[in-house]
Formats: sequence, C-alpha cells, structure tokens
Amino acid sequence: MTLLDVSDLRVTFPGRGWRAKPAEVLHGVSLTVDAGETLGLVGESGSGKTTIGRAVLGLVRPSGGEIAFDGEEISSLKPRDRRHLAKDIQVVFQDPYTSLNPSLTVGDILAEPLVVQGATAKDARARVKTLLDQVGLPADAAERLPREFSGGQRQRVAIARALAPSPRLIVCDEPVSALDLSTQERVLDLFIEIQRATGVAYLFVSHDLSVIRHISHRVAVLYRGDLVETGTAAQVTLAPQHAYTQRLLLAAPVADPVAQRERREQRRLALAR
Amino acid sequence: MSTQDGPLTETMTTPSTELIVAMEDAAAAARTPMWRRLLKDPQFVVTAGILIFIFMLGLLTPLLTQHGPNEADLSMVNAPVGTPGYPLGADETGRDIWTRLLHSINTAAISALIGAGVALVVGVIAGLVGGYFGKVTRAVTEWTFNLVMTFPGILLLIILMPVTGGDYRFTMLIFGVLLSPGIYRIVRNLVVGVKNELYVDAARVSGLGNLRILSRHVLFVVRGPIIIAGAFMAGSAIAVQSGLAFLGVGSIQIPSFGAMISSGFRNLYVAPTQFLWPSLMLGLITASLVLLGNALRDTLEGSKPKPVKVGRGQKVVERAETQQRDSTRLVEISDLGIAYRGPSGRAREVVSGVSLTIDRGQVVGLVGESGSGKTQTAFATLGVLPAEAIITRGSILFDGEELVGRTDKQMRALRGTAIAYIPQEPMSNLDPSYRVGAQLVEGVRAALGVSRKEARARVLALLERCGIADPVRTFDSYPHEISGGMAQRVLIAGAVASRPRLLIADEPSTALDVTVQAEILDLLRDLQAELDMAILLVTHNFGVVADICDRIVVMKKGVIVEAGATLDVFRNPHDDYTKMLLGAILDESTVRTDPAVVAPAEGAVR
Repeated sequence: MTLLDVSDLRVTFPGRGWRAKPAEVLHGVSLTVDAGETLGLVGESGSGKTTIGRAVLGLVRPSGGEIAFDGEEISSLKPRDRRHLAKDIQVVFQDPYTSLNPSLTVGDILAEPLVVQGATAKDARARVKTLLDQVGLPADAAERLPREFSGGQRQRVAIARALAPSPRLIVCDEPVSALDLSTQERVLDLFIEIQRATGVAYLFVSHDLSVIRHISHRVAVLYRGDLVETGTAAQVTLAPQHAYTQRLLLAAPVADPVAQRERREQRRLALAR
Repeated sequence: MSTQDGPLTETMTTPSTELIVAMEDAAAAARTPMWRRLLKDPQFVVTAGILIFIFMLGLLTPLLTQHGPNEADLSMVNAPVGTPGYPLGADETGRDIWTRLLHSINTAAISALIGAGVALVVGVIAGLVGGYFGKVTRAVTEWTFNLVMTFPGILLLIILMPVTGGDYRFTMLIFGVLLSPGIYRIVRNLVVGVKNELYVDAARVSGLGNLRILSRHVLFVVRGPIIIAGAFMAGSAIAVQSGLAFLGVGSIQIPSFGAMISSGFRNLYVAPTQFLWPSLMLGLITASLVLLGNALRDTLEGSKPKPVKVGRGQKVVERAETQQRDSTRLVEISDLGIAYRGPSGRAREVVSGVSLTIDRGQVVGLVGESGSGKTQTAFATLGVLPAEAIITRGSILFDGEELVGRTDKQMRALRGTAIAYIPQEPMSNLDPSYRVGAQLVEGVRAALGVSRKEARARVLALLERCGIADPVRTFDSYPHEISGGMAQRVLIAGAVASRPRLLIADEPSTALDVTVQAEILDLLRDLQAELDMAILLVTHNFGVVADICDRIVVMKKGVIVEAGATLDVFRNPHDDYTKMLLGAILDESTVRTDPAVVAPAEGAVR
C-alpha cells in the first residue's frame, strides 16, 4: 500500500541578494514510500535530499508537483490545515544537539506532541514512560535536561519524540551522521527494531551509502536535484547501474586495507574511462 | 534550506573534548536551581538587598513620616538636620526632607515599573512577532521601531508635556514606548536565531500553533536577556523621570528626587545637605539596578565558552628531562598528559599518558571516538592547545627537539615550516574578507621569507599541483566563491608549501562529500610520496585509515589501547575496544533483507 506518493516535486529557493535569480533545487522528483517500508534517499550535499524531506514535512513550500499522503494531497495545505498530519508524519533530525529545546526537560519534550493532540497530562506521562522504555532510556530520564545526555542518548530522545503520536511515517534526516561509530550502529538497530514492532515507514535521508544499505528496503539516488536511480537496496547499493551511483560507491572507502586498495584501483580505472 | 549552503553543510558536529568537559560542568551547574545560584552570588544578594530595603521604606512611608510631602511650615524653612520632627531638616519652603525622600522613592518605583514595563511589553511582543513571522511583518515592525528610535527622547517628553498634563506616569508611559526599540532589537535578534533551530522545526512538525511555539519554545529560551535588559531599563526610567523633574518639567506637586535635587541645588550655599540626601538615594538606586542587571547576566547567561586562544605558549606542570636524540624517529611522544581545569577548579585529565612514535615519511592514523583525546594529542604536537589546557606530564620530541614547554614564538618557528596543519573545516580556516591567494602568499612569505613575487609564483604552482584546474582564478577568488573541496585543496597547498617534515591533518575529509573525500585522500597520498612527509591523520573513519595509513593508533578516553601496522590491527585486533569499533563498521556487502512490515494495525505503535 502506497503511503507517501511524491510526484514531479519541484522546489525553488529565492536567490540571495538583490534581484538574484531564484534557484531550483529539485527538478521534478517522483518517489513513493509504502507503509512499513524504508526508502533510503542517498545523495551528496546540494543534491536536494534534505529538501525533499522538508517538503514532505511542510517546512518547505514546493513550487510544483504533488505530495500525497495516504491519498490526500498535502503539499498545498495551509499550516493550520496540516495540524492533523502531525499525528501521522513525524521527524528525526540530524543534529541531536540542536533538535531538542535545551530548556525543557525530556519529559516535557516528549509530552508536548501528545498534549497538542489532546491527551491528558496523566495519559501523556504514562505514554512518555512507555516511549522512554521503547528507545532504551531509563525512566528517570524524563526529569532531566537534554544537555545531561550524550549524543546517542539525545538521538534516542528525538526518536521517542517522533514516535510519541504513533505516526505512520517518520522522515529521518541524517539521524546518525553526527554520532560516533559504535553509537551509530546501535541507533540504526533501534530504528529497525521500532519499525518491526510498529510498522512505521521511514523516509531515510543520508549521504552515507553504508548506512542506507543497512536500513533501507528500497533506495533512491539523488544527484543535483534529479533522481538518477531507484531500486531495491541490493540492486542500487551493490550493483549500481547509473554512473553517478557507481562513482559514489567507489568513492566510499572500505574499512579494510586490502579491499580498499582494490577499490581505489577500480575507481582510478572508472575515472580514466 | 541546507541545500543552499554549498558543500560544507554535511559537517558533522561531534563534540570536542573541551566541549565535553565544559558540558559536564554545565550539567552539574544546571542541577542547582536558578534562584539558589543567584543567592550564591554576593553581587546579587547585596544589590537586591539594598533595593528591597529602599523600596520597603517607600511602601512604609505612611508609618515612618509625620508630615505630608507638600506640607510647608514657614517656621521650618531650611531647618537643619536633626530638628525634632524633621530628621533630615526641611527645605526652602519648610517641607520635611525625610518625608519627601520617602515619597520620592515611591515616585521612582512607579516610574521604573511603568517605564520598564511598557518597554518590555511593547518590545517583547513586537520582537517576537517581527522576528518569527514573514518578511512583510518584519519589515513593518522594523520600520516602526526605527522611526521610534529616531525621536529625540527627552525633548519629545518635554514637548508632549501639554498632552500628558504634567503627570509623570503618563510621561513614563511614553518613555516606555521610546525605550522599547532596545528590547525589540534584543528579542527580535534572539528570535531570528532561535526560530531556525531544529527544535522549533520539530515543534512545527508536531502540530504546535505559532502562539504556542512562540511562548513555549522561543520566549522561554530568550527570557534571560529580557530580564537583564528590564533591570537596566528600570534604572534609566528613574534617571529620566528625575532629570525631567530637575528641569522643572511636570507637576510640582509630585515629590521626586529630581525636584528635591533641584531645590537643594538652589540652596547649596545655605544648606548643602539638602542636596546630598536625594542625590545619594538616587545614586544608590540606579547603581544597584545596574549592578543587579550585571549579576543577573552572569547567572542567567553563564560564562560563555571563550574563543580558543593560542599564543601563550604551552602551560606545563612538569618538564621532562631532555632525552637522547633518536635519529630514526621524527616524532616521539612519551607519557603525554593533558588536563583541563573546569570552572569548579578541579583539573580533568583528557589525555593520560599517551606514547606514540612517527617515523620519517610514515602515515599514522590516530583513531578514536569523540572525547578520546585524539585531537588534543595532535594539538599538543602542534603547540596550539587552548589556553585553559595544561600539559601535566610527558614529552614530545620532534626531530630530537623537545616541544613541551616551548614558548609560542619558538613553536611558530616550527609551525608552517617543519610542521604543517590542515583542519577539519577548511572554510573556517580561510579569512572570508581576503582573497585566497593573498592568504597563501602571506603564509608562504612568513614561513620562507621570499619576495612577494616569488611567493605568488610558488603558490600558483602549488595550487596547480594540488589539482586546481584554474589556479589563477582560484588565486583571485574569495573563500565564499570556492567549494569546500576546493578550499581543502587550497589549505593543503598552503600546508605543503614549505615542504614540511610532518603534516598534521585533523579529520581532513570528514566535512566533505565522499567523492571529494576520495580525491583529497588521493592528493594527500601523492604529496606524501613526493615530499617524503610524515602525516599524523586524526580521524574516526576506519575507511580513511585503511586507505592511507601505514600505522594505526587507537585511542579511548585519553589512553592508547592499541597500536600497530594497519593491516595487522584490521586483521588481528587485540584490544576489546578496537574489536568493538571494527565490529561496529557497517558491513559492505550485507543489505537489509527482512521485508517491509505489511499492513500494520491502525494507530501503528502499540
């Protein structure tokens, strides 16, 4: 069942400076996310991958195309009319240091989306406890401030906040890029575990092919505002067809000296071609 | 948003060791409630105490006085201090100075409340609205407040006297509006900064309305500076009210410090003390308010992290014995300890007894997670540790010379010539207001002492060598005109200009796209072979280590846990931590195979 259907999405940013030309950063991107699946969106900086996520979240207004969630066209909704979507579409951002309000306790941060949806304070408190447990944080975390937690723990708080209203889709914008290697793996596993338990779908944005490979069912490759390749994770990340995806794959260093030497040679050959 | 900002937006902000130390201290401070921290500040306690005492006097006026403020007794004209019933004497019309002084306190308090209150209400609301909402709203508020700011304050208040009818409360109301642009500016700037924070985006995604976001996420965060500004504005409202009264503007029925000073002034030669009391009281109130504002600022805003200062030389506790020269080693670090002293005064060791060696022409990868002390070790070798850092023990030998304990001047002779550095974020290491070429030429001239012309020729050759297609064009560009990858090439060109023996690279490719990273690593590898230069590569990426390093040193919490030839460590790691790190690397070949969860129940999460 198609949950999110993005078709021919275009986004234009106003140019900088006086009478600067507006710049189109997405030139008609179409993709779909099914219920319960992870679509990995991979690309380098400037490819527009973050912008797709922000457009789905309603933080960026598209200049063309359509975004349909569960059959409902949502890209042209006014902020007030979007509110009911907050229950279904949530977000986890890249930077766990700025995505949590430093002056609110973790409990307040998690309860907020629930209270907005009309939950009573008591229900919200009970739900916060479940959420903290679900992301592997101690129950007393609710009374503490975000700055008392490490990067990985904060990202768990951010995941818990996204899970709070039981959404059907979570947009994950580079959620593990700022984390240490060992933390990164644990947080990715948490994402997978939650998906299995709840059936939430992820639109997972990352620049790191190995992260994308680890978590995605299907992968879409974005290059300078255009979708260049889409397919199953195995197709795209192991045997890419498009020249850019191949370049991306060969550029990522393998964590093994011998294998990396081979990859470097392959890359040299590919570039010489 | 971020896609507009060019190639550096992928920058990963893993916290530095100093930041972690600072954060732990901040977290400890955060657990003490605000009011308790305020009560620990003597400046706050003293100034707040004085103000409370004075304003209590004002409130208790009816109990403390026997006369009315305007009750004149001609027999008491200029009565001296200590006259019965007139403790501070009487003024030129025979009014009790003590009574008038207490009444003036109330006038001052009401002035402060109205003036600062109006300024805060108008300024905060307009600042929130102007900062948060779109362009048009912002333009309108901006223009309005700029217009208000152009009014000459005191003059306007005097001109408007017929309108206000001499009522100082009305005057203070207008003065509050005139003060509001100050608050407006503060709030608007803070809001503009806060509204692009990710947590505000997250709140929007959660379906919060604008009003709720403004009150809960924005106002709450910007409250500190507003409270502080409020204290200062109360002081200036009192001062202006007194000033106007001194000039004789406004109702003469209202006792105020200004009117009393004015009257005392006229009587200065007859009874000098009449002038003294109101002046002292006014001075005490305004000074207390300003000092209270400062105390609030210190507590609410905390001590900001200071910019990293280099240039005092290395602070050393204990200097190692000069060791024997070992000619095969280029760098020999032994038992190095680095500590930071937190605000609480206790020293925290972030590097504890690190020993490592680098041979000539060898590429050593220093690997670890955030807070492992890898960058601190590299910075100590460069001699650029921040001023708060202390080298507690150990030695760093470079080509047989001891580096620990050198002054900054002595280190400078080495940096840029024998030891070069490339940073993690190339853009922040280029000055945005100078052309790229000029910055490189300056560096080359400082290091090599050649003429400007020769330096330019060298730089152009180097830029070309570092893979820049059009060196002349890049030479004449400003940093914002080139990409992140290009900037890193520029910095590498600058670093190798003097053919250094050691290049220290701190996460040189972390902030770059992976395709650009591969090119930068190729460039470093080629330059290393060409110049036979040793590289100390600080990184958290094992792929980068596998690509370029001969040896690998793994650090954890300030200690080296494993060191060895790269292939050996990758194939046969001995330490558990190394094994854990290597195990955490995401596999290159296994893809996710479990199918998408089909048709979940309505409401998804349990």
